[in-house]
Amino acid sequence: MDKSNITAPKRIYAKEDVCIGCRLCEIHCIAAHSKYRHDLIKTFKKLPKRPLPRIVVEEDVPLSFGLQCRHCDEPECVKACITGAMQKDPKTGLVINDTERCIGCWTCILACPYGVIRRDYTNKKVASKCDFCLESGLEPACVKNCPNEALYIKNTVKSHDL
Amino acid sequence: MNYVIIGNSVAAVGAVEGIRKIDKVNPIVIISDEPYHTYSRPLISYYLAGKVTQDNMYYRGKDFYKANNVEPILGVKAQHIDFDKKEVVLEDGRKISYTKLLIATGSKPLTPPIEGVEKQNVFNFIKLDDAKAIEKVATRDSKAVVIGASFSGLKAVEALVQRGVNVTVIDIMDRIMPRVFDETASSMALKMLEKYEAKVLLKTSVEKILGHQAAIGVLLKDGREVPCDFIVLAAGVRCNTDLVKGTKLKINRGIIVDTMMRTNIPDVYAAGDVAEGYNFIEERNTEIPIIPNAYKQGETAGQNMAGAQKIFDKGFIMNSMPLLDLSIVSAGVSAPGEGITVKTIYNQEKNTYKKFYIRGNNLVGYLLINDIDRAGIYTDLIRRKIDISSFEHQLGRDDFGFIYLPKALRSQLILEG
Ligand SMILES: Cc1cc2nc3c(=O)[nH]c(=O)nc-3n(C[C@H](O)[C@H](O)[C@H](O)COP(=O)(O)OP(=O)(O)OC[C@H]3O[C@@H](n4cnc5c(N)ncnc54)[C@H](O)[C@@H]3O)c2cc1C
Ligand code: SF4
Ligand code: SF4
Repeated sequence: MDKSNITAPKRIYAKEDVCIGCRLCEIHCIAAHSKYRHDLIKTFKKLPKRPLPRIVVEEDVPLSFGLQCRHCDEPECVKACITGAMQKDPKTGLVINDTERCIGCWTCILACPYGVIRRDYTNKKVASKCDFCLESGLEPACVKNCPNEALYIKNTVKSHDL
Repeated sequence: MNYVIIGNSVAAVGAVEGIRKIDKVNPIVIISDEPYHTYSRPLISYYLAGKVTQDNMYYRGKDFYKANNVEPILGVKAQHIDFDKKEVVLEDGRKISYTKLLIATGSKPLTPPIEGVEKQNVFNFIKLDDAKAIEKVATRDSKAVVIGASFSGLKAVEALVQRGVNVTVIDIMDRIMPRVFDETASSMALKMLEKYEAKVLLKTSVEKILGHQAAIGVLLKDGREVPCDFIVLAAGVRCNTDLVKGTKLKINRGIIVDTMMRTNIPDVYAAGDVAEGYNFIEERNTEIPIIPNAYKQGETAGQNMAGAQKIFDKGFIMNSMPLLDLSIVSAGVSAPGEGITVKTIYNQEKNTYKKFYIRGNNLVGYLLINDIDRAGIYTDLIRRKIDISSFEHQLGRDDFGFIYLPKALRSQLILEG
């Protein structure tokens, strides 16, 4: 997939009626962000420190669904970020954290209306969130690997933003 | 048509980005008495702790001014504004005329009325230059007194202990961060400070700063003396209205603005710490001295200066206040009051604390310590004034999320249609 023409409103949504809470999306997200990229076995058997999943799966059996960053048009996290590390890329529309500059102050966590930013203590303290699998250049791993197609991408202008 | 912004921090950057959403052409001048490229103020404590270098403190990239057609005039103070001639007079005599003006002069430190505050080695903790000055004296095993156990005072304490300085923090109140903390929260933070060997003296105040030219200690009200090599003042901040005092610009504590960030003078706007804008929770104008608010007020001002009709009426206090190993976040109401019910969940074993302030059917404030994950969902319940009555009992669950909201509300908030 060519990331250069993702326009702002491309978003991942969940279908709670078909999500079975298997958390394969988390597994594939972890692998996609590990140095072994998409190799599940190496990611889970060889890495002493695995990356965090960037999707949040909510579950209250039998209900479940996944939720990830919506790359908002008016991103609360970006406006709140105290260092300027969290920025919306005007070209791709993706909201990306510059982890070099992020200091893990968690102001973005306090601001994000979806609750989809995690505290990452794996190396240096940083905020971790969905990057639309930007680096792999492929379709987001969660969407691609959900066995029930409970996650889908839609070009929509419907945004939670104020 | 040209824009002039006084100040070069969060509100100013918000304004530049706001203007450029609408007007890509007309020039912008930024004036600041600080000689630096726009930087993140909170990073001064990280700088002092040795965790970031000055080169990495920039709030926006090095090409920010150029990319946005901004002419920065840095290291020069604005001395006076002639609202009739529509020009800003700089301390070096230059006159900069404007079509639209934004005052974003931020806040300034409150100097407590203590005998001897003018002595050498007594510092504020607001600007990069403060941190640079403190850095020179804050050597390993030196002794520091921090006056004020406010958030910024504690950020100074954190940075100093990380430098190996022996710190004593002094506050007149019976707990630390008194505006957001209750007894329980304060005692959790005190334990953390103790672990890092910072001394905390509460319910006492500094009577006098000792020493001839340079500070060598403080004398407390109760007669005790605390020797030290330097002192950090953190008694709070107030709106920096120095530039416009005694003019026809309407000021209360800060510059009074409407929800479009307009002042009482045509073509003059104010935003950020210097402004007194609409507080959504208190339902009146107040100062709201935090970054998210400074950014949004600035952005709104900028858009309106460029001809849009944007309203920002959702300002309220929200702050993440990490302290050593503690994660602390709070938003909205932070003290009990009339018509407010308080719900607390303290888990001693996990060392977590959660406190919710509820008014009628709405969440109006919260404080979370350590389990802060997904706090933004609570912030959004406040921001959108959502009726929480059907799921109020779920607030504070460790796995709290949209799943505990009624389906219709959940669909509206997170599902598509
Ligand atoms: C140590 C510390 C930690 C903080 N941590 C947090 C945090 O974690 N989260 C948070 O939300 N907020 C935090 N804050 C508060 C936050 O920094 C402010 O809310 C924010 O910087 C306000 O931005 P502003 O643009 O309104 O003004 P300011 O940042 O105050 O900037 C105003 C600028 O205008 C300049 N100026 C003033 N008068 C003139 C003049 N006459 N001529 C030229 N220039 C002038 C000033 O020198 C200054 O550079 C912290 C503050 C401090 C000091
Ligand atoms: S506010 Fe939350 S959902 Fe929106 S862009 Fe930021 S992290 Fe993503
Ligand atoms: S945790 Fe990082 S990205 Fe989030 S607000 Fe703080 S510095 Fe910005």
